Amino acid sequence: MSEQNTTAEGLIRLSAADLAEKLRAGEVTAVEVTQAHLDRIAAVDGGERGVNAYLHVNAEEALAVAAEVDAIRAAGGAEAEALHYLAGVPIAVKDLIVTVGQPTTAGSKILEGWHSPYDATVVERLRAARMPILGKTNLDEFAMGSSTEHSAYGPTRNPWDLDRIPGGSGGGSAAAVAAFEAPLALGTDTGGSIRQPGAVTGTVGVKPTYGSVSRYGAIAMASSLDQIGPVTRTVLDSALLHQVIGGHDPRDSTSLPEPLADLVAAAKTGNVEGLRIGIIKELHGEGYQAGVENRFNESLQLLKEAGAEIVEVSCPNFQYALGAYYLIMPSEASSNLAKFDGVRYGLRVLPEEGPMTIERVMGATRAAGFGDEVKRRIILGTYALSAGYYDAYYGSAQKVRTLVQRDFEAAFAKADVLISPTAPTTAFRLGEKLDDPLAMYLNDVATIPANLAGVPGLSLPGGLADEDGLPVGIQLLAPAREDARLYRVGAVLESLLEAKWGGPLLAQAPDLAAAQALEAQEAK
Amino acid sequence: MAAINRDDVAHLARLAHIEMSAQELDRMAGELAVIVDSVKSVSEAAGDDVPATSHPIPLTNVFREDVVGHTFSAEQALSGAPDSDDNRFKVPAILDEA
Repeated sequence: MSEQNTTAEGLIRLSAADLAEKLRAGEVTAVEVTQAHLDRIAAVDGGERGVNAYLHVNAEEALAVAAEVDAIRAAGGAEAEALHYLAGVPIAVKDLIVTVGQPTTAGSKILEGWHSPYDATVVERLRAARMPILGKTNLDEFAMGSSTEHSAYGPTRNPWDLDRIPGGSGGGSAAAVAAFEAPLALGTDTGGSIRQPGAVTGTVGVKPTYGSVSRYGAIAMASSLDQIGPVTRTVLDSALLHQVIGGHDPRDSTSLPEPLADLVAAAKTGNVEGLRIGIIKELHGEGYQAGVENRFNESLQLLKEAGAEIVEVSCPNFQYALGAYYLIMPSEASSNLAKFDGVRYGLRVLPEEGPMTIERVMGATRAAGFGDEVKRRIILGTYALSAGYYDAYYGSAQKVRTLVQRDFEAAFAKADVLISPTAPTTAFRLGEKLDDPLAMYLNDVATIPANLAGVPGLSLPGGLADEDGLPVGIQLLAPAREDARLYRVGAVLESLLEAKWGGPLLAQAPDLAAAQALEAQEAK
Repeated sequence: MAAINRDDVAHLARLAHIEMSAQELDRMAGELAVIVDSVKSVSEAAGDDVPATSHPIPLTNVFREDVVGHTFSAEQALSGAPDSDDNRFKVPAILDEA
């Protein structure tokens, strides 16, 4: 087994924690690990039927960082001792997060070819831990979407079924991790963009408490909702990555001042006895696919058998959460995206005729540079903020935010952790909801309340739906600043489910390289 | 609450500095009308006694010491600009030609 695990095919399937242990034990080098992932990217990511998880592959720099780690480790001494636990474990970064030395596009034509002059705080922390950055992952343009189909650079495909969406907006990060093109990735979550892709690709995704991970260097969509978080294949790996990127940052004025709790220890707690786990009445049942509901009930049963107390809670104001979100998010986005004006960075398009004024250049630049969904949200946000409508729309939505927070407070008085399906359905087909924005928005119904209230959420694989054999996500929610509870319950549920499956869920995913080869053959 | 129509969208597009073709305005007006209709229940959800929440976890008075921190050189700041001249961003005419 151990020998098999050090082949390239074996290495890419290991968790980040297992890779870290093998690196420390000297069984493999960081260069070997990084190269194995670059080879995997070359094998499955490109071409017409490739996963298309990556917009940019950062091979040279990643291998150089890996070689540094190997050299430090080989030299031994204090510097080797001081290496971070995850040193040499490679990672992919969502292309909404700015990086020096690689382009950042936000999935938009308006930033095509742009290079940031600074690193995001989370990227600085990855560099400090000496984690090789494999590249930048695909996303819906400016993180606006639930399918990655709104990327200006083509959709990402779901490794479980190449004709289906990998979720969004962080479909690239989730698909990269699910397709073994990276052991770890960073995502951003404004209304579910880490958790919903996690659900539909059979991976783990965490939206930390608002303010617990710095947003400095994440291109803002909706500043009061955005949060960077881990995308991984195991709950422990998410805890390890969360510890790398989390903690106070003076450059983000919404950053929480207190240090993070020990999340890795929480993930290793190993029991849920006596914990009260609350089923949210409004977030399952009607509108949820039968196979999703079945897997959800199965997880509840496992937690109950493990000694948790299952209680039911009601959050009646969650019915307004989706509506409030689709007023607050576009309002903030319309303001945040005003900076893309063809002056300071990115695209500049000159009008074809008429006077060449700055206003007309902005109009032509934004018309050519933004895709339809971004335009829809900017117009909607401009509408919600305009005189005469402000109170009815934006003002009302902010009051709903208070009601959603109160619902959470009442629920957390009865339960330590809340549980629901992450998304109402499994992955839909590419193109299926592209012409119906509202149907697309409904996919976020279970993830949005956490963003409105700032509470942390974790999605982990709950099994495969009976009717289509596709992954189902289970969402755990905790009170603000209590992210540790998610890792404690998540790790226990994960181990109970894996015992039932006889291994990780992704072991049941189709052989991607074989599927692509077969399709290529059939095409001829 | 008023429905959103094509004239509204044209006005909003001007405010947001996004040029739109006639076809685009037609399509966008239809799509936005459906979305606006779906969110209108929000205005009836909360009474006058409910305070607004603008930030999920409010922090007050976030200050820093008044010392110069990291700054960008002019070259760095201008590195992504579509046009620049003499260490400044260069833009087309700000006023109409008339």
